[in-house]
Amino acid sequence: MPHRVAVTGLGVISAIGQNSGEFWQSLQLGRSGIGPLQAVDPALLRFSNGAEVRNFAPSEHFDEKEISLLDRFAQFGVIAARQAIAAAGIQWTQQLRESAAIVTGSCVGGQTTEDEGFVNLYRNNIPRVNPFTIPRSMENAAASRISLETGVVGPTYTISTACSSSNHAIGQAFWMVRSGAASMAITGGSEAVFSLGFLKAWEAMRVVSPDTCRPFSKDRRGLILGEGAAMLVLEPLDAARARGATVLGEIVGFGMSSDAFHITQPSPDGAARAMRAALADAGVDAAAIGYINAHGTATLANDATETAAIRQIFGAHADRLAVSSTKSMHGHTLGAAGAIEAAATLLGLHHGILPPTANFTEADPACDLDVIPNTARPTPTEFALSNSFAFGGLNAVLVFRRAET
Amino acid sequence: MSYEELTSRVRAVIAATQHLPQEKITADSTFLELGIDSLDGINILFAVESEFNINIPDEVAQNLRSVRDVIDGIAKLLGAQGDCGQGNQAAVTA
Repeated sequence: MPHRVAVTGLGVISAIGQNSGEFWQSLQLGRSGIGPLQAVDPALLRFSNGAEVRNFAPSEHFDEKEISLLDRFAQFGVIAARQAIAAAGIQWTQQLRESAAIVTGSCVGGQTTEDEGFVNLYRNNIPRVNPFTIPRSMENAAASRISLETGVVGPTYTISTACSSSNHAIGQAFWMVRSGAASMAITGGSEAVFSLGFLKAWEAMRVVSPDTCRPFSKDRRGLILGEGAAMLVLEPLDAARARGATVLGEIVGFGMSSDAFHITQPSPDGAARAMRAALADAGVDAAAIGYINAHGTATLANDATETAAIRQIFGAHADRLAVSSTKSMHGHTLGAAGAIEAAATLLGLHHGILPPTANFTEADPACDLDVIPNTARPTPTEFALSNSFAFGGLNAVLVFRRAET
Repeated sequence: MSYEELTSRVRAVIAATQHLPQEKITADSTFLELGIDSLDGINILFAVESEFNINIPDEVAQNLRSVRDVIDGIAKLLGAQGDCGQGNQAAVTA
């Protein structure tokens, strides 16, 4: 018998809050964390804004030795995991440590660390690179550190599928808990993107907005990069109830697909296939979905394509459901996007308030959905989707359910 | 720089980045005809920026659909930069 899968813990660190309470407060108010870049000199770039985690002091979370071994992306992942574990009230036993899983997502791992090391090598003529560069920059650094801290010795791994990384990770963890392959899972994703070399590469892609992120708005000019992490604790619903844990919501379905179309241009068919697969996996009728946390990057191509895909799957129901892109507030956090948006979706269902699409100014006929412009909306909702579509044409969609009361 | 020289350098850059014979590329070729998609387009702009030592703003980049669009865009930028003459059109002589 497959288990129903409950989310019993949630941790978030992002540009709009450094714990799940602050994060929800910002989402509810439609408050954006996008602002002038601080990590790098914007004079060297064609764009000048980002969604950075401001006033972040690693020393408040880690000792000096830990900091020397952890890139910013891994620090974010560990902090979110600690919050999620504390919220879930996990009591570790040897049996639990052996049967629990850790599955994380990251697109670029510790590229900030690599950037620093290679500047020294290539520009500053320092012929040595820090020996911690490798353990700091590996994409699984956060997963491994969470394993070391918790003593979890079960399946632990990291998925890297660009902007779908953490939806793929959460989906794998969900399936493992549902099938009984893992008795519990810590899952999500983390990312730290603000190094000059990496930002110059995004600049060359010509998809970053020169002002802000306006998903589905006619005057949208591209994405805004963001950083942060979110982690969830998943466990069988019956086990969660038996131990008296607070159930924040459920994950009920996961679907994935590949476009096999183009390395960077999105395809409505691929996105639609992933949504269809997720609904089928959940055994939930499309008409039951009340909210979609969209991929909604605010690029010209994504938002129109995603709208077409949603119409393809939901037909007339597409005019009855609400869609928003919370990237308008926390930015596009690449490999952490699915995790941070899972947190936004779960909190929205839990509070009965759907988070808005911030910075929205003008309707676009190519994106003619109810995108909850600018103001959060009180709407009790049972089922929601969260979409992630990656460069490379890889799509991953999760289905969430509000907790039963 | 003459318009002919500019045209010939742009054709050479596009030929090199797209792995196409130069004779297939004329000033009137559209990106569609040459099989140039959006990702190829930004790669061409990257090469063009290096070739002419210019910065092409995103809003200019978004509206390029043909080889002539690229040539005229560069002529404008070189003119505005004042590298090869004075004023917009004076930089590149017809």
